[in-house]
Amino acid sequence: MKKKSLLLLILGLVMSMFLVACGGDDTSDSDNSGNDGGSDSEQDDSGSDDAGSASGEQVLNLIEASQIPTMDSVMATDAVAFQWLNETMEGLYRLDENTTPVPAIADGDPVVSEDGLEWTVTLREDAVWSNSDPVTAHDFVFAWRRAVNPETGSEYGPFMMNGVLKNAEAISNGEAEVDTLGVEATSDYELKITLEKPVPYFHSLLTFGTYLPQNEAFVTEKGSDYALNSENLLYNGPFVLTEWNPTGENANQWTLVKNEDYWDKDNVKLENINVSIVKETSTGVNLYNTGEIDRAGLSAEYVAQYAGTEDYRTLGEAVLFYLKFNHDNEFLSNINVRKAIAMTIGKQGLVDVILANGSLVSNGAVPSSFTSHPDTGEDFREINGDLIVEDKEAAKEYWATALEELGTDTVELGYLGGDSEVAQEMDAYIKNQLEGNLEGLTVEVTSVPFEERISRDENSEYDIQNSGWGPDYLDPSTWLNMWTSDSPYMTMNYNNEEYDTLVHEANNELITDLTARYENFLEAEKVLMEDAAIAPLYQRSRAYLWRPSVKGVISNPMGADFTYKYAYIEE
Amino acid sequence: MGKYIAKRAGYMLITLFIIATFSFILMKLLPGSPLTAEQKVTAAQRAIIEAKYGLDQPILIQYFKYIGNLVQGDLGVSFQLKNQPVTSILMAGVPVSAQLGIWALFIGTFFGMLLGLLASIKHNTIFDYGANIVSVLGISIPSFIFAGLLQYFVGVKWGLLPIAFWGTPEQMIMPIISLSIFPMAISSRFLRTEMIEVLGSDYMVTAKAKGVSNFALIFKHALRNALIPLITVMGPMAVSLMTGTLVIEQIFSVPGLGEQFTRGVLTNDYSIIMGTTLFFAFFFILVILIIDLLYGIVDPRIRLAGGDD
Repeated sequence: MKKKSLLLLILGLVMSMFLVACGGDDTSDSDNSGNDGGSDSEQDDSGSDDAGSASGEQVLNLIEASQIPTMDSVMATDAVAFQWLNETMEGLYRLDENTTPVPAIADGDPVVSEDGLEWTVTLREDAVWSNSDPVTAHDFVFAWRRAVNPETGSEYGPFMMNGVLKNAEAISNGEAEVDTLGVEATSDYELKITLEKPVPYFHSLLTFGTYLPQNEAFVTEKGSDYALNSENLLYNGPFVLTEWNPTGENANQWTLVKNEDYWDKDNVKLENINVSIVKETSTGVNLYNTGEIDRAGLSAEYVAQYAGTEDYRTLGEAVLFYLKFNHDNEFLSNINVRKAIAMTIGKQGLVDVILANGSLVSNGAVPSSFTSHPDTGEDFREINGDLIVEDKEAAKEYWATALEELGTDTVELGYLGGDSEVAQEMDAYIKNQLEGNLEGLTVEVTSVPFEERISRDENSEYDIQNSGWGPDYLDPSTWLNMWTSDSPYMTMNYNNEEYDTLVHEANNELITDLTARYENFLEAEKVLMEDAAIAPLYQRSRAYLWRPSVKGVISNPMGADFTYKYAYIEE
Repeated sequence: MGKYIAKRAGYMLITLFIIATFSFILMKLLPGSPLTAEQKVTAAQRAIIEAKYGLDQPILIQYFKYIGNLVQGDLGVSFQLKNQPVTSILMAGVPVSAQLGIWALFIGTFFGMLLGLLASIKHNTIFDYGANIVSVLGISIPSFIFAGLLQYFVGVKWGLLPIAFWGTPEQMIMPIISLSIFPMAISSRFLRTEMIEVLGSDYMVTAKAKGVSNFALIFKHALRNALIPLITVMGPMAVSLMTGTLVIEQIFSVPGLGEQFTRGVLTNDYSIIMGTTLFFAFFFILVILIIDLLYGIVDPRIRLAGGDD
């Protein structure tokens, strides 16, 4: 009898050994962990081992909060995908440090016809894919057609191209043939693009991930295996992705290696970028403090600890957060109610205490440092200034007027917010501000997951909603188009004819008159804010621990968050 | 025994089928769609994409299609990790999570038993109190707090072990220890209580009177009987370890199933939700089966074949 239990114990032991052996073998097989004491162990030991001695080693160690969802440029929709596409692929243009599109695969600026509809781009002839095929105009035609083809099932293809490229909308709705898309290779190195209507920001749109080229022969050959791992990809950018396999043994890590075939490789100084997935902020901070990584994002509780140190940095982003009002609500349809709410929230306290990451108070519907006036170069935000500022006294007056107009002394409103820790803190703070300053107001906060919030948003099932938006191209319209009454994103039942006219004019009649249309957008934002159609809250920043020796990283307001092409290490 | 296992396997399939059905229905009740850029895609475009994946069809048809594919072993592809087959995703994550979980369970119960044994033999001494304090702490401190402290002191302050990631034995130590604290505490407490009871029972006194050695007394007679309740709690313990791995995997950046599961649920990645749910269900049923088999080995009075069944 005793033998049996002993046997069992041994069996258990052997089983677990087997499992361990299995894991171990696979890791060394794939040869990518680099930490089995193998030949090159720069993967994740480099930081702690070499950081001190090997000064000037051009290796950047980064962390990412999640897996790369896809490296298929046509299917990409999120920041992580666009980030690594930006480093390993290259489109016609690339954003420089001033957010200006500069030629990349294109050989010089585009030639635009007088009506603004035809764009001709000449390609450089020395750009190659990582299998030595030249990058040609056909690669762009192939990728763009693939993006709008309904059979591909791309979300961003139609979003970025409909209403921009000729026939894109019809094709994506399945009403026209894919080859009628307004893009054509007039020769191997000349691309003719036809637009649906003049698009003033099209130049910057061409830097976006959805407009990257793809090698037709390669994509067709790989079929449904295309872009599933780094082996099944071709690269034409500053770096080549290696050891990336979301379904491999070391799914949590990947490496970028300098692309020796890149046309502009002389300007690429980094040899390697090692990336690991780390979700937990504290783990990131620990890894940073032991020198294993060169940048770690900070949450509010860490900011107090590190603010003021040499390694602490905040980076402003062009992402806005605001309260959306449902204008069909019996109380919120009253402008004085909206004004009272919008002006009573202590936005400074919100960014300083709750967020504490360098976020800025937002007093408009367009972020700062995003676009500038075509003539004067002045920032949109600076021209229009602060349109809705915190003013508790004025808010009280508006509130009193509102109650009088409504003939009531109690107002109950629902408030829809996110379910993350920060979101809940923020919403509790806002509720407190509203109820504390506006007598008779009761705010019922509901915290729901993102998916639920989006679903309620679409069905206009909210009174007040804490919401946010990130831009997709460099133009005020990415912020202002969504508030017109006929916008597909209009869920808050706001309808102001004057606003609609201003935005429609800017997008149609005035589209080629850059100054006039910019003025229209400025005017439109004023109308929106005078209506207090939304209550601006803040413009997001992120706080980081950032190795001071890492230099030359460009941060972008749209598309990929960063560009590492020109980054270097200076010990 | 063989007949018994075959019968249990049959029940297992039925249970899995019922679980698949219920999770499918519950999943479809979740708000939102599996699209990744929902906020930006217009309703018209979304309808086109959903039609491409057959999501526009009546739920009943979607359900039969799903079960049909499932029977053929096809779990579909992920929406979030575009085009990645769910089976490959599971195959990548399962060995890692299993390695972590099984080691933690094994090490946890092994040391828990040692501790419990020590406490019961040295009943009401300083050893007993010490073991008691350890197990109370182990039960009351959540594993993520323990993991965080371990990571900070062992990894950062003293620099003894790698802070995160998975692959080398050094990288595995801290996640396994963090996860094994709970099973250790539980099994030590259970074993101690049972041992004290068994040691005081009449047949133990008889055995002792017959001149059985102390060693044989404890290991052959007492421990064997004291193990039964411990085996009973192994099942729930294995389940709590599964949820524990989600947290520990996140803290130590271990590429296991945890990320896939939470991410799947949060983003409505239908095929991932179904795949991971079915896997967890399968694993749980398997654990119950193993525990039932273990009963028979430890205690012959519990017969598995059940007479003429």
